[in-house]
Amino acid sequence: MTSLLFPADLHIHTALSPCAEREMDPPRVFARARAAGLRIIAITDHNSTANLPAFLASPPKDLWVIPGIEVQTKEEVHMVCLFPGLAEAMDWGELVKKHLPPVQNRPEFFGEQTVVDAEGNTTGQEEILLLNSVSLSLEEVVKLVTERGGLVYPAHCRRPSFSIYSQLGVVPACLPQKVLEISPGDNQTTLEKEYPGYRFICSSDAHRLAEIGRGRTIFPFAGARWRELVRWAELSIYNY
Amino acid sequence: MNLKKVLTETEARIITGNEEMDRECRGFYVSDLLSDVMGHAQEGEVWLTIQTHSNVVAVALLLNLAAVLFTAGAEPDPATIEKARAEGVVLLGTALPAFEAAGRLYRALTEEK
Repeated sequence: MTSLLFPADLHIHTALSPCAEREMDPPRVFARARAAGLRIIAITDHNSTANLPAFLASPPKDLWVIPGIEVQTKEEVHMVCLFPGLAEAMDWGELVKKHLPPVQNRPEFFGEQTVVDAEGNTTGQEEILLLNSVSLSLEEVVKLVTERGGLVYPAHCRRPSFSIYSQLGVVPACLPQKVLEISPGDNQTTLEKEYPGYRFICSSDAHRLAEIGRGRTIFPFAGARWRELVRWAELSIYNY
Repeated sequence: MNLKKVLTETEARIITGNEEMDRECRGFYVSDLLSDVMGHAQEGEVWLTIQTHSNVVAVALLLNLAAVLFTAGAEPDPATIEKARAEGVVLLGTALPAFEAAGRLYRALTEEK
């Protein structure tokens, strides 16, 4: 089967994440993603799926928008979770919400948590602070996401905060695939030696439009389909 | 105990909040998990941590902490210092590891009583 090349940025925040800009709404994120030459993006807000319906409603035909979330585990490790469809992602989002501590957001300290519609209009504010840890361990998150048919892997694995490296030092054995997210500027050759057998997904972790596509991974897929991404992730197990 | 006393006990330096050294602190909390601090630290306490991310300042503001004391020589990120300065959060830094800094403060607190 012939493969095509799909430039992807699988870690993008929206206006819902308190640390992200209001400009991160569907029309502007899609326009910027296309201008950056991306064919696949994933929407991954902190601990919430509230903006996924807006982003999944009517994306451009040539852009595959993967519903996701960036969960902060009990250990304060950020994990990227991606799902085959909106229903699975929203189901997981409900569970995440139940495990968030009931601390109210203070927008003046943390930033606004804006819920938008597909046109980018503000429809509400998330009241619970999303920059917090859920009461689930990394292992539990991995198990629950996998059960829901999702892919889950550590975000920005070498960052000095909120990463598997900063919080746990080593990569735990419970990961279902040997996949790690790296950041633009990370030296992949060095990391390949440090984490033998792992595959790397480079993503931007964009919080503003200009950052979209700054980190990207080019996937050789037969088509922009979920099972292609899963196959790629699972290949990492058998490659070495 | 005021912040001046905290400073001398732990041989710390002032990173931000020079003019706030008379501020009273109501106690101490030691933790490097932000979510744990949000859940357990109390208003007016000094927080000992090696976490240097700018979210430290947001948490200090949320709980109205008296100060953040970076231990073991942990250097806050420039963004953290900038945010602390803008929001009036006191940042202190000591070369002492958390155990020793906390130990000295605990002893000083006991002697005060």
